[in-house]
Amino acid sequence: MTTNNSAPIISVNGVNKRYAGGFQALKDINLDIKRGEIFALLGPNGAGKTTLISIICGIVKATSGTIIADGYDTVRDYRAARAAIGLVPQELHTDSFESVWATLKFSRGLFGKASNAAYLEKVLRDLSLWDKRDSKIMALSGGMKRRVLIAKALAHEPTILFLDEPTAGVDVELRHDMWRMVRELRAQGTTVILTTHYIEEAEDMADRIGVINKGELIVVEDKAVLMRKLGQKQLTLTLRQPMTRIPAELAGWSLALTNDGHALVYSFDSQEEETRIAELLRALSKHGIEFKDLRTSESSLEDIFVSLVHQPKGALS
Amino acid sequence: MNIYGIRAIYHFEMARTFRTLWASIAAPVLTTSLYFIVFGKAIGSRMGDIDSISYGAFIIPGLVMLNLLNESISNASFGIYMPRWSGTIYELLSAPISWVEVLMGYVGAAATKSVILGLLILGTARIFVPYEIAHPLWMIAFLLLTAVTFSLFGFIIGLWADNFQKLQVVPMLIVTPLTFLGGAFYSINMLPPLWQKITLFNPVVYLISGFRWSFYGVADVHIGESIGMTFGFLVICLTFVWWVFKTGYKIRN
Ligand SMILES: Nc1ncnc2c1ncn2[C@@H]1O[C@H](COP(=O)(O)OP(=O)(O)O)[C@@H](O)[C@H]1O
Ligand SMILES: [Mg+2]
Repeated sequence: MTTNNSAPIISVNGVNKRYAGGFQALKDINLDIKRGEIFALLGPNGAGKTTLISIICGIVKATSGTIIADGYDTVRDYRAARAAIGLVPQELHTDSFESVWATLKFSRGLFGKASNAAYLEKVLRDLSLWDKRDSKIMALSGGMKRRVLIAKALAHEPTILFLDEPTAGVDVELRHDMWRMVRELRAQGTTVILTTHYIEEAEDMADRIGVINKGELIVVEDKAVLMRKLGQKQLTLTLRQPMTRIPAELAGWSLALTNDGHALVYSFDSQEEETRIAELLRALSKHGIEFKDLRTSESSLEDIFVSLVHQPKGALS
Repeated sequence: MNIYGIRAIYHFEMARTFRTLWASIAAPVLTTSLYFIVFGKAIGSRMGDIDSISYGAFIIPGLVMLNLLNESISNASFGIYMPRWSGTIYELLSAPISWVEVLMGYVGAAATKSVILGLLILGTARIFVPYEIAHPLWMIAFLLLTAVTFSLFGFIIGLWADNFQKLQVVPMLIVTPLTFLGGAFYSINMLPPLWQKITLFNPVVYLISGFRWSFYGVADVHIGESIGMTFGFLVICLTFVWWVFKTGYKIRN
């Protein structure tokens, strides 16, 4: 095992996946996950997120390529690699008749660890499941089952945790609990890789973001960098007197009227020189346009994501 | 070796048995008791002895075998089919456990269960029919070997089946008829010569004959052939399972 902390905890090298039907679900994926980070994998349905996670965890075989997890090849040294990984699957696959406590003990044993009631109790308490420990899983709600799956994934104290769309169809309370837990895990040094549809979550939680589309990893970037690189900023000026149309003299600026002519919105690339704003303000006062308020906003990750996925490949670089 | 993993699977499977104690243990014991009442007590007294063994006693090894085969197959096939069906197999596939270890867990539990059942049926039979066991060690050996072999066979069926019907088809349409025709209720020496020859292609004949020999010291076929065939099945099942794991057949995409 490599003890070098700067080495990636997961390294995916040239992974391709062609399913039995001939469908190519992943195309030459290369990806390094840093130790201790929260990595969000974004992509539309069918992009290949679950396939990639399944290959790393050993559920699906890669057609070609190699993966190193925690310093071990996931095929050759599968025992050591898998012992380091916990997986919360996308679907709610649970045993119906088992109790919560029994299924947790099962998971810990299956992953090769001696029983540790104190640790399992802590996991259950952290997930507000302790009261339910003797309940049969089938008697639990969908949200509770999701918690059980998280508890099972944590039962063997993994250093890498995969959460495949953990908040799909989950109530607000559980989403908050879950993100609190993810932050705590990261604070303890666990690496968390998640996929999500809720882009705000990636925006809130992730250190880095990867975007996958049609089996190709189209961008991997620090969240802040990604947002800076691709983000559009908007300057919104609330006007003292409403306007019906933008004066022809200002046609050169990318301006738009909103709010029934009460607000003027200026869109600009965040990397551009901000001095252009001063220039715009001078131009406005020259034309007698007064405003009582101004604020800037950045485009959300969602906007970035949509623009990425709809861009032809290569347009990014 | 992931001992904790094997134990986890074994306990999981045994817990499933005890949860369904009625269906998995009590029902077969009761059903089989009916045979002992009908054939051991009621009709048996009107039937002649076979190989100088009373009819009630004669059918005991065959009935135990019948249960042993069916239970081993259905326990093991159900055990591995359920996680495939419910999707919980993701956990087995992502765990640091080898297929040999998975097999030990499932087959170990299925075999344990059917051996317990076999012994319970033997105990129940004692209530209705007097019998002796001439070679107890051989009896136990046959019990264990057959239970393990057919649990392996069941495991394979559980991997192969893609619906519940297929799961039941093999025990119902193949194993039960072969057992009934394999001398569970008669000695194959009672058949016309041509049928005696044909019956020798039925593998269950060797299992029942050997098992009965361990009770009463008499057999339809030579005891050596029975032992050979029992080990032969074990080797065939092991080879097949090895091939399944090697090719990842129906397990990993
Ligand atoms: N077992 C399979 N056999 C064939 N195709 C599959 C299989 N599993 C997934 N796919 C296909 O691979 C693509 C990627 O699926 P998936 O990894 O589940 O995407 P995501 O998780 O990003 O929604 C989809 O087009 C899906 O239909
Ligand atoms: Mg998915």
